[in-house]
Amino acid sequence: MSHSLMTSSAVSGTGTPALEIRGLGKTFPIGGLFSRDSVRALHGIDLSIGKGEIVALVGESGSGKSTLARCVARLEKPSSGEILIDGVDVLKRDRFQASRAFRSQLQMVFQDPFGSLNPAHRMDHFLRRSLAIHGRSGASERETQRRLEELMTTVGLQADMLNSYPHELSGGQRQRVAIARALAVEPQVILADEPTSMLDVSVRIGVLNLMRKLRDEQGISMLYITHDLASARYLADRTAVMFAGELVEEGESLDLLANPAHPYTQLLVSAVPDPARAGSYDPVRRAELRQAVMASTHCTFQDDPNQACSSEEPVRHQVGDPQNRHWVRCHLYRPWAAAGSHALASEPVPSSHPASNAQEEAPA
Amino acid sequence: MTISQVSFGTHEAVLEVKNLTVKYIGDARSTTAVDHVSFSIGTGEVFGLAGESGCGKSTIANSIMRLLKEPAKIAGGSISFGGKDVLAMSPEELRRFRWQDVAMVFQSAMNSLNPVLTIGEQIVDIFTTHAGYSRKESLRRAGELLELVRIDPARLKSYPHQLSGGMRQRAVIAMAVALKPSLLILDEPTTALDVVVQQEIMAQIKELQRELGFSVLFITHDMSLMVELSHRMAVMYGGRMVETAKAQDVYANPRHPYTQALMGAFPPLTGPRVPLTGLPDGVKFRNIPDLAEVAPGHFVAPFEADAPVIDSINLEGAAR
Repeated sequence: MSHSLMTSSAVSGTGTPALEIRGLGKTFPIGGLFSRDSVRALHGIDLSIGKGEIVALVGESGSGKSTLARCVARLEKPSSGEILIDGVDVLKRDRFQASRAFRSQLQMVFQDPFGSLNPAHRMDHFLRRSLAIHGRSGASERETQRRLEELMTTVGLQADMLNSYPHELSGGQRQRVAIARALAVEPQVILADEPTSMLDVSVRIGVLNLMRKLRDEQGISMLYITHDLASARYLADRTAVMFAGELVEEGESLDLLANPAHPYTQLLVSAVPDPARAGSYDPVRRAELRQAVMASTHCTFQDDPNQACSSEEPVRHQVGDPQNRHWVRCHLYRPWAAAGSHALASEPVPSSHPASNAQEEAPA
Repeated sequence: MTISQVSFGTHEAVLEVKNLTVKYIGDARSTTAVDHVSFSIGTGEVFGLAGESGCGKSTIANSIMRLLKEPAKIAGGSISFGGKDVLAMSPEELRRFRWQDVAMVFQSAMNSLNPVLTIGEQIVDIFTTHAGYSRKESLRRAGELLELVRIDPARLKSYPHQLSGGMRQRAVIAMAVALKPSLLILDEPTTALDVVVQQEIMAQIKELQRELGFSVLFITHDMSLMVELSHRMAVMYGGRMVETAKAQDVYANPRHPYTQALMGAFPPLTGPRVPLTGLPDGVKFRNIPDLAEVAPGHFVAPFEADAPVIDSINLEGAAR
């Protein structure tokens, strides 16, 4: 394993987290003007991202991961909870809308590089504006120009592309410019909402590698939102799984995807196409998982003496080695059930195989 | 070249494409979207066509269905289906050929359902127009068809917006196999769907394929998905075919640098984290030569040994 892959997870976890989310909730009103109904999009989200750490947020569409990003970026007003950047609650500091100071701490990279760059302007314009608005332009024009060129080099583009219009660049190049624009502000945290899903497959890895390089060289923290588990595993130090507006499992990426404890995570992992474990698909097992997923959100307390969950809310159980910071919250999880320590209550204790589908066919 | 003779299972080719060339004719200049592409699909075989947007894979599918519109023009080559020349079919023959012999599921097929007709009405339409069944008989068959893709037949009365994306896509697949075609063309059938739904639909297609025994032309950019589903596959780049072999061979031993780049674009879910590179921005292959056989059944377009992808020093942004 490459050395740089290991370093950051060792560094992170010390000191104040770059971004901390506490008990974040968001409800949207539904129905007519006089209706009091609402839908709960987010509920009690606790998540922290250390300095120089990349955390991936995975889940299917509709699970609330983009709502979380919009709340954290303050494009949406959260209903409850706190968002701390560098230990300061930004919701209290800037009560009504995001301040410029907040924007210079946190930047976003969006999914669609075709929609996020105004086609009427040159690349030069986007970066220059970022610098000017946040007071980071150089003292002289030459100084500013040098900074622009530096930014382009950082994201792996040629400096002469500053004079190109968006339509002259490929999708991958545009997304690099969008990242450069975010970097111009020198933020501590970048929220990247599916930054690679609209790119051609062969350039996706390049953008992921760029994000990793920024973490390693500049210590930027990132929240990487994706539905692609394989890329989360590739890029992120830790991965959090979101289901129906709640975080259900979180842990060190490699450990989480190797030993998923929550039935929803197991379902997600088993659905990823991977020729290395082709043929591992088992419809019966899949149906069981589906049921367990449905049950996990509203299962009742089963009056089990070993059960730590309350009747209402499941609590976090630690999974495996504490070093992996892997936890799951699910009524069905039985920490004592198996030596493999990730067995679900709904199934017979597996003899020698670990519980998940993914495990069975995976080469060691 | 003997590519057309290598096929999985029975060697009887359902579809044979030879030296197909498609051009988009412009006023000032024309572009060759598909350049002398040959392949064949055997009975009951799943053949995958991989490549990025713009490589010509959808153009091939549309040529087979004879759906190309101006300014696209088939400039050369032949397409034969069960011995019949597709390019020479009369409009009446084409009408029967489409849907009865070959059916196609498009990328955003779930949006191709008519929003003001119920699912039932749309399926009944197929049976009454193409098979000449009575309305009552058609309705019964439509119910069976939905059961085949595990949708409750009561849903016949639903409108498309009342179904989820996955259900709509399954309904469209059911419609495609309604008349038991011998070839099903799937053009990125699951791109817009979540992974779990994607897996369910792919499993369903596999099951249907086993049951009904049709051949499949499967088009996608997702190499992992393709290797899982296909027997044989081909990789396209810029209108040319760069590699074709059994899917497992391509997966285990990709020869062409572009195939390697495509494979490298998908991080694995197991094993240690290894830095991947993918295809750097700006790397282009030009004048791709004809395929040559490098191993039994494994055809690769010859490339220079110092092709850009292999030279990892040039990779910008690559993980170190």
